[in-house]
Amino acid sequence: MTPPTLEVRNLRTHFFTRAGVVKAVDDVSFTVERGKVLGLVGESGSGKTVTGFSILGLVDPPGRITGGQILFKGTDLATLSEAQMRDLRGNRIAMIFQDPMMTLNPVLRIDTQMIETVLAHARVSRAEARQRARDALGQVGIPSPEERLAAYPHQFSGGMRQRVAIAIALLHKPDLIIADEPTTALDVTIQGQILAEAQKLCTQYGTALIWITHDLSVVAGLADDIAVMYAGKVAESGPVSEVLDAPLHPYTRGLIGSVPSRNHRGAPLSQIPGMTPSLLNLPPGCAFRARCPRAEARCAEPPPFAEYLPGRHARCIHPHLAEVAAA
Amino acid sequence: MTVFLLRRLLQAVGVVLAMSLLVFLGVYAIGDPVEILISPEADQIERERAVKALGLDLPLWQQYLVFLGRALQGDLGRSFVFNEPALRLILQRMPATLELAFGATIVALLIGLPLGLYAGLRPKSALSQGIMAGSILGFSLPTFWVGLMLIMVFAVQLGWLPSTGRGETVEVLGMRWSFLTRDGLAHMAMPALNLALFKISLVIRLTRAGVRETMLMDYVKFARAKGLSPARVTFVHVFKNILIPVVTVVGLEFGGTIAFSVVTESVFAWPGMGKLIIDSINVLDRPVMVAYLMIIVLLFITINLVVDITYSVLDPRVRLEGKA
Amino acid sequence: MSSTAAGSIAPPRVETPFRRFVAEFAESKLALFGLLLFTIIALVAILAPWIAPQNPYDLAQLDIMDGRLEPGSVGGAGFTYWLGTDDQGRDMLSGIMYGLRISLLVGAGSAIIACLVGASLGMIAAYAGGRTDSLIMRLVDLQLSFPAILAALMILAFLGKGILNVVIALVVVEWAYYARTVRGSALVERRREYIEAAQCLALPTRRIIFRHLLPNCLPPLIVVATMQVARAIALEATLSFLGLGVPITEPSLGLLIANGYEYMLSGKYWISFYPGIALLVTIVSINLVGDQLRDVLNPRLKR
Repeated sequence: MTPPTLEVRNLRTHFFTRAGVVKAVDDVSFTVERGKVLGLVGESGSGKTVTGFSILGLVDPPGRITGGQILFKGTDLATLSEAQMRDLRGNRIAMIFQDPMMTLNPVLRIDTQMIETVLAHARVSRAEARQRARDALGQVGIPSPEERLAAYPHQFSGGMRQRVAIAIALLHKPDLIIADEPTTALDVTIQGQILAEAQKLCTQYGTALIWITHDLSVVAGLADDIAVMYAGKVAESGPVSEVLDAPLHPYTRGLIGSVPSRNHRGAPLSQIPGMTPSLLNLPPGCAFRARCPRAEARCAEPPPFAEYLPGRHARCIHPHLAEVAAA
Repeated sequence: MTVFLLRRLLQAVGVVLAMSLLVFLGVYAIGDPVEILISPEADQIERERAVKALGLDLPLWQQYLVFLGRALQGDLGRSFVFNEPALRLILQRMPATLELAFGATIVALLIGLPLGLYAGLRPKSALSQGIMAGSILGFSLPTFWVGLMLIMVFAVQLGWLPSTGRGETVEVLGMRWSFLTRDGLAHMAMPALNLALFKISLVIRLTRAGVRETMLMDYVKFARAKGLSPARVTFVHVFKNILIPVVTVVGLEFGGTIAFSVVTESVFAWPGMGKLIIDSINVLDRPVMVAYLMIIVLLFITINLVVDITYSVLDPRVRLEGKA
Repeated sequence: MSSTAAGSIAPPRVETPFRRFVAEFAESKLALFGLLLFTIIALVAILAPWIAPQNPYDLAQLDIMDGRLEPGSVGGAGFTYWLGTDDQGRDMLSGIMYGLRISLLVGAGSAIIACLVGASLGMIAAYAGGRTDSLIMRLVDLQLSFPAILAALMILAFLGKGILNVVIALVVVEWAYYARTVRGSALVERRREYIEAAQCLALPTRRIIFRHLLPNCLPPLIVVATMQVARAIALEATLSFLGLGVPITEPSLGLLIANGYEYMLSGKYWISFYPGIALLVTIVSINLVGDQLRDVLNPRLKR
């Protein structure tokens, strides 16, 4: 049996600041199979992006991975040297960032930024590297790629820049792409195009995709599996249709209820009371308990991340099992 | 690009005119032009003849036009002391000053950029703290005194370097240059370092601030996520971005460096424009002072122009705005 | 329940803005050291006539036979010259103490006058706006684009030497910094609603300026002034070194250094060395204080 493209086990990434320890990622586990899409969902500050950087080994001080395992095609990334990690980055594991306006270096031409990526991982001539860059631009639907190669980032619109960033991620046909809210800054129509592009990619090359977002509707349409993060922990994970139809964790439930939809027009939106807790010196126990309608005294103990139904995990001591049965 | 250049040129001409008016007013309207332009040793008849010759009996606005006309022909008066056209005197000494200022700029970049880069990449290390403390000292140290100390240590105590003059020169393009001979370079070392002192501190601070700011940018993280080597990230992605502000400031400072070479040239008896102007002030050779002022103004404006153009070459965003 | 709530409310500590300012300033040991150093220097300068071993201006006290003695030598009259003597047999220690007086006087004096002139012009520019504003600011730009050392040199070339002329030259090259600072903060403040309210109440302009605008411009002005005092002292020393500053009868530190220049080549370093150290320590101590003032008073200016 081939190992999954990526398996993250009990990952912990903590930031050691002067004010105290920020547990940005605290016991996160999930698996992404070849050609599948995992939707990593959560509010801002829930640790999604740090999870992505942890996989790439790009956590900067004062941050540090303090525990857990990241298995990439069966290999523990912690055992690799920095040079070996660099060999993976941009080659086997690529990342797309949130803000396309900030991802490309403003003073370097597009061809420079693409060719350097090719040459970092492949022993080819400059002409060959340029050819690959041009092909990648064409692949993501950028018209007249040859001319655009000689352009600077500021000559592109936001959507076009994100396509360039995606083209860079595609250069080496990676096994895993981590896309960090790549469509948040874009118009809805552009967003649709890019999503379609991403889907095509997974089926064509068997690339596994981690799609980090706070937008549940994107995940519903794109992902196979979902992992919902709250305060640095995975609150719930499972197949996307099952989780969205009948969530186990009260937080997932609240999150779905907060999305305005046509079916419930006129009815008051449900909302989660209170605010996301500060990750600085978070007390033990369930981080959601202060906002949870089901909270009780026992919630002050750390809840286990248990498999309540086949393939469905939740970090809650009283999940919504009855509703699942009803659904 | 052409429109951009033309507009800059027109602005430059405007500033030159404004400054010429200022210098003119300073010499003709506020001071006594007879006293300023005619040698104090001249007798009464000579004076009257000179007043007529210089057109000092004309109304002020006409005098300005005459002054401007002469200046355009390169006639900025004759030195009392050398009895030579003031402009030629200054132009003769300009290569020495320019080469000193260029030398200082190169020294500042060669020392400042690596130190600033290091301090920016490792802000917490002891060496970085030392570099930053040193840069504060560089801002505080009186340049002329440091020059004296350099002479004391390297010329008097150790006897490694010559303390005064330009040394052996070579004539290229009709001008004499020191930097082409070993002896000339030895003579240039201390003055250039002395003149560079302030700029080194400036470059260190600019580079460090730029590096720290750029390192936080998404595009640097993206470059790392592409699997580039740390060297490529640092020297291509970070360095090219910080080069823009550093080059701008160092370029703009070039005029200040030439102005400040007055001090360094006096300390090291470097025979440039600065030494000439101090000597001229001490003997009240006013036509030379007027000519020097006009040359400096012209120089400043040229520098601004060159910096603008360099900037637009380095930063594609500026270049295209100019084109539009 | 009620008792714990009452217990948790600690009596609020009286914290005036001034006390907070002092506390924040004292956070930097280096700045405190600078302040201490500067206080000592200022005291030495002020008390020089009483504490200096010799009056360097009194030619009767000088013995030409004691000329160019090394530091620590004992002179003909059994007098110990701790820092040596210059070519006229003047005690360098006393010379430095008196030189500090001139340097500080010129530095502080020019800074105060430049501050008054510049702040007034900046305030006028901000308050009047329109043409007055653009005219004053054009002047500021022009002044700032031209190197201070050259401007001062030219002014002194036309005015001649003398303490007063040096002060005039320094004021001319420094007022623009104050004008720009005051205009900047006054403009920000002017757009605030309370100024509009004051104007609606028909409060006299004078009152608005002095009671409302000026106090808000004060913090950045203090920072600029501190830095400019250091700059003025350095500039004065440079001008005097070039022979265009103070007259030989009232030597500042810069002139003392210049006097030692010719003896330097023969290894008699102390005539230039010690005045330079005094100058350096003065400037560094002011800059240390200024750096911390900038951080405390104006976080926006932090680099």
